[in-house]
Amino acid sequence: MRDGEEPIHKVKVKAKDVSVYYSESKALKDVSVEIPDKSVTALIGPSGCGKSTFLRCLNRMNDTIDHCRVEGLIELEGDNIYARSIDPVQLRARVGMVFQKPNPFPKSIYDNVAYGPRIHGIASSRSDLDAIVETSLRHAALWDEVKDRLKSPGTGISGGQQQRLCIARAIATQPEVLLMDEPCSALDPIATSQIEELIDSLRAEFTVVIVTHSMQQAARVSQRTAFFHLGHLVECNDTNTIFTNPSDERTESYISGRIG
Amino acid sequence: MESKHIHSAFDEDLAGIFKLIVTMGGMVEEAIGQAMFALQNLDSEIAESVVAKDRMIDDLEEEVHRATVSILALRQPRAQDLRMVVAVIRIAISLERVGDYAKNIAKRTIVLVKSPPLSSQSASIKSLAKSVRGLTKTALDSFVLRDADMAADVILLDEDIDRMYSSLFREFLTHMLEDPRNITTTMHLLFMAKNLERIGDHATAIAEQVIYVVTGIPADQDRPKGNDAESLGNLAAVPPDGSLSEKKN
Repeated sequence: MRDGEEPIHKVKVKAKDVSVYYSESKALKDVSVEIPDKSVTALIGPSGCGKSTFLRCLNRMNDTIDHCRVEGLIELEGDNIYARSIDPVQLRARVGMVFQKPNPFPKSIYDNVAYGPRIHGIASSRSDLDAIVETSLRHAALWDEVKDRLKSPGTGISGGQQQRLCIARAIATQPEVLLMDEPCSALDPIATSQIEELIDSLRAEFTVVIVTHSMQQAARVSQRTAFFHLGHLVECNDTNTIFTNPSDERTESYISGRIG
Repeated sequence: MESKHIHSAFDEDLAGIFKLIVTMGGMVEEAIGQAMFALQNLDSEIAESVVAKDRMIDDLEEEVHRATVSILALRQPRAQDLRMVVAVIRIAISLERVGDYAKNIAKRTIVLVKSPPLSSQSASIKSLAKSVRGLTKTALDSFVLRDADMAADVILLDEDIDRMYSSLFREFLTHMLEDPRNITTTMHLLFMAKNLERIGDHATAIAEQVIYVVTGIPADQDRPKGNDAESLGNLAAVPPDGSLSEKKN
């Protein structure tokens, strides 16, 4: 991305002084960051730096972990997502997630995508649901490959196709934010390129936050990059700046592959 | 950066291109020195050797390009490493050009041996050459030491070079006006002076790359200039004392 190429986006997700504890150990330390709307933000950093923990805070996936405690404020469009009034299930319809390994349900391709709209009552008729499934699969750049076998099992397609199916499933509920936790780590380079191309097109409609171990991937797909280290958010800036002229020495060492 | 890469071969690659630039820089410094020595002593043998050795500088530039392309393809350098690789490519281009200018000076010297210049003309160009050579050395030192302050000095000092060139231009013009028989010889010297002035510009370009490597900030392109085409073009209107009424900075 070149300077000045992107329009200035409003803030979609705002984190303020977010700390996460697993029992007594503090995994995330006072993280404050603003994630702009309709753009891709990459979270990078060594294993155990807190990037996945932070990602999982954004749709309250940490709620399911015992002894996990989240402090601080996370706002989605100004709504405190940890407020009592927020239903985590509804929240996860607004903030979708794609995981490291493709995890399609043991159902047909159609039912995988239709699952979310069905439980959230998004579709009013069969033809409505058909339309959502088709649109989601098209958005996920999978429609042309599976349109003739929508009834065959979602587990029967290739890994790259399965991951795109999971993305189609995640966007079928029309979320505002899409979280991706190393979505390409189990894929070959061609399938990875297809997912990356897809991520780039998704930012027209969604706010994407992606955790990746591949710095090249962060460089290729994101407009903003946040570097985490030992639970701290060290630096968050334009991806171009992070990869050509980071301001913190820890970022410099990490991205240039040096012993820190 | 003192700390080492996890891939030690990457450190070796970077050290390799660094060494190539140092070698190239040494050869270029020597070429300027030898070319000027040949001019002062009207020694065509030494001038010939400067022309011949330029081929080695060209070969080194090719080697730098091969090595940097391979680093970009295989190592995907980032941050300061990336800036260093990009700077090395550009510095190599500058050094190759400086080598060419030294070669041009040597070639003209071979011609001048047959019609020696006035001693006063030689003296003026000698002091310009001394400054230019010093500037080139400082630029290369700033690269070796990764010293952005030293590099910033080079950029400032190049303005002096530009002013020296402007004044030399006026001096040579006077010689030519005085006696048209001086024109051929003086024109050769003028081209040499122009070559030296261009070497100063390349020293500045190298210094700008050093600043970029160290700070990550691209050097200011709108740097002030001690001579510009307009002021030289207005020489018809130069007063008899040779001073220029307007200086643009």
